[in-house]
Order: sequence, then C-alpha cells, then structure tokens
Amino acid sequence: MVAIPKLPEEEYLLKGNAACPGCPATIALRTALKALGKKTMLIVPASCSAVIQSLVPKTSFAVPTLNIAFAASAAAASGVAAALKMLGKDDITPVVWAGDGGSYDIGIQALSGALERGENFIYICYNNQMYSNTGIQRSGATPYGAWTTTTWTGKREMQKELAEIVLAHHPPYVATASIAYPDDLYDKVKKAKEMKGPRYIEILTPCPPGWRFDMSKTVELARLAVQTGAWVLYEAINGKIEFTSYSKMLLKGKKERKPIEEYLKLQGRFRHLTEEDVKKIKESIDEKWKHYMELYEE
Amino acid sequence: MMETAISYPTEGGMGKTGSWRVFKPVLDESKCIKCWLCWIYCPEAAIDKKEFPEIDYDYCKGCGVCANECPVKAIKMEREEK
Repeated sequence: MVAIPKLPEEEYLLKGNAACPGCPATIALRTALKALGKKTMLIVPASCSAVIQSLVPKTSFAVPTLNIAFAASAAAASGVAAALKMLGKDDITPVVWAGDGGSYDIGIQALSGALERGENFIYICYNNQMYSNTGIQRSGATPYGAWTTTTWTGKREMQKELAEIVLAHHPPYVATASIAYPDDLYDKVKKAKEMKGPRYIEILTPCPPGWRFDMSKTVELARLAVQTGAWVLYEAINGKIEFTSYSKMLLKGKKERKPIEEYLKLQGRFRHLTEEDVKKIKESIDEKWKHYMELYEE
Repeated sequence: MMETAISYPTEGGMGKTGSWRVFKPVLDESKCIKCWLCWIYCPEAAIDKKEFPEIDYDYCKGCGVCANECPVKAIKMEREEK
C-alpha cells in the first residue's frame, strides 16, 4: 500500500469548482484520479458530479469528460471503449463516475448489460445513499431508518447491496472503498486500472447537507461507518473476496466494532430513530458480519 | 448541424470560491508533523504540498475537514473578518 505522503501530487480536480464545502465526492474523485492518471476519460451521468464541473465554457475536471443521460453511463462507456479499441488507443481508460442514484436505480440496467457483455471499462459508484443533486430523495442505497425528503418519517426498507449484485455477474474486479482510507482507495483504483474487462468500485461518500451533519465531519463519518461495521472494505479478484484495511482487522478480531450509535448520533437524518429502529439496524449489521465471518472461515 | 458544447479545464470555474468562507483554517507550522492528511482529505484540492501544507485562501471554502482531521491539532478555524 502506498503511504499517503507518497501519493502522486498531480491534481485533475481543479480548485474553485462548484462542489459544496466539505464535499465527499470531490475527496473521492481527487484520490481516484491520482490513481487513474492523465490518460483517463470520465463518463458522468446526471449527478452532483455533473454540477461540480462548473459551467460552460469552463470545467473543473482536467481530464476529458462525457456528460450523458442518467440511465446511459455504462452503455456510453461501452461505446467509448469500443471507439478507443478501433482507434488503437488502448492506453486510455474509460471510467464511469456515477452516484448511487445513477447506479443502484436508474443506471442498473445499462450497468448489468455492460457487465454481462464483459465490456472493457471501470465503473466507479460514489455512494452517498440518496439523490443529493436533486434535493435529497431516497434511493435504493438509502439505509433503513434514514430521513430523506421522500421518506420524512424514516425509510422503512433496507438498502440493497449493489456490489454483491455486481459480483453475481462474475466481473474480474469488484471493490468497496471509503474516502477515510485514501491509501486503500488509491490501491484499489490502481489495481483496477491495470486489469481488463468490466471493473467495479464503490466508494462510501457521506454528504453533509444530505445526511445532516457539520461539513467538517465528512471524513470522520466515513471512518466511523467502517469502524462500526456499517460499511465494509473488501475487494474481489475473479470472485475471490478479501477484506482490506480496517475491515480486515475487524474480521480477524484484531479490532472491535465500535457501537453503531457513535455513527448514527452524528447524523441528523437518524435523529428521529426509536430504540427499536436502532435495534433493527444493529441486528442487520450483526447479520451481515455473521455472513462475512462464515465467508472468511471458508 | 448542432454544435456540441465543450468546456475547457479552468482553475476557478466558479470564480474565487474563497469568498464562500465563514471560518478560515490557519496552520501552526511549529506543530505540523507533515503527515499530509490535510492535503489528501481537502475536498477542494486547496492545500498545496510545499515545505509545509500551504492553504490557498483564494479557493478554500472553509469546510474545516483539515482542522477536524489534523492528528496534532495544528490547524485552527478562525472566524473571517470580512
């Protein structure tokens, strides 16, 4: 793993962009682009990242970027990959940079199709567990109990696990990451870049206005999500799952999972939770970890 | 034929975003251990890697992630006097 001071200094996300103060998507994008380098082409569906680029005729992304319709990012990336192949430019990596709305819900058909066809591209989903750009609506990634403007008494359903849905397509590389562990994130994007075929990385990005917390706590929350076990860091090369970074220590029993309350209490979107709700969240996390433990023992 | 809208990379696409700031991060170099966490966590890429971390006040939006993450509390948030 590359130490943080040794990460490349090149910046492909420029200062003075349109992101909110404390934005997690830009933290994730900065680190991801450090690993991807200059020879990258981004494909961005409707999302905060389409806005963060700033206004025509200026852009804050210093790599070529194709903005495309909400449902179309993986299909567009398939086209870009085909065009690059025809032109013999195999040193350029097409990378989809989409939010959870554009991945879990609206873009899943195109994503599933591209994965099944074995297209040669990287798909990165930055997951802030709701539609932030349009004003905090629920998505398939919104966790149980969370307030959004369309679940204002708290969501009653569990989130789905897109990384596991992607895994069921048998792609060569699947990974989950967090902005609080940039060295781990850098490693995973770098690894994906050196492989061929469809590769999927999902990054948890806690959004201050959407999750209702102070903008200085973006990274703290991303870290607490991992330390409490609510979010898990792993990678799967050809379907073989390996836990990484802090999640590996949790799995091997070198660290204890922190109480989930520490993570929930910092977020206004969970302020209304009853004791029963918290119990249900706890149980779902315990259940998830039991499943991981069984995987590990095998 | 319709023309495609093309944008070109520009620093300050939304102008000098430093004007959004209410609190300003100030680094105490005597405490800094150069772990560069503030640099990698800055959402704005507004901390430059010089001898010490150098905050670009033209663009820093004042979110305070750097001050919150600094392991030795070398960065303090001070109210802007504008």
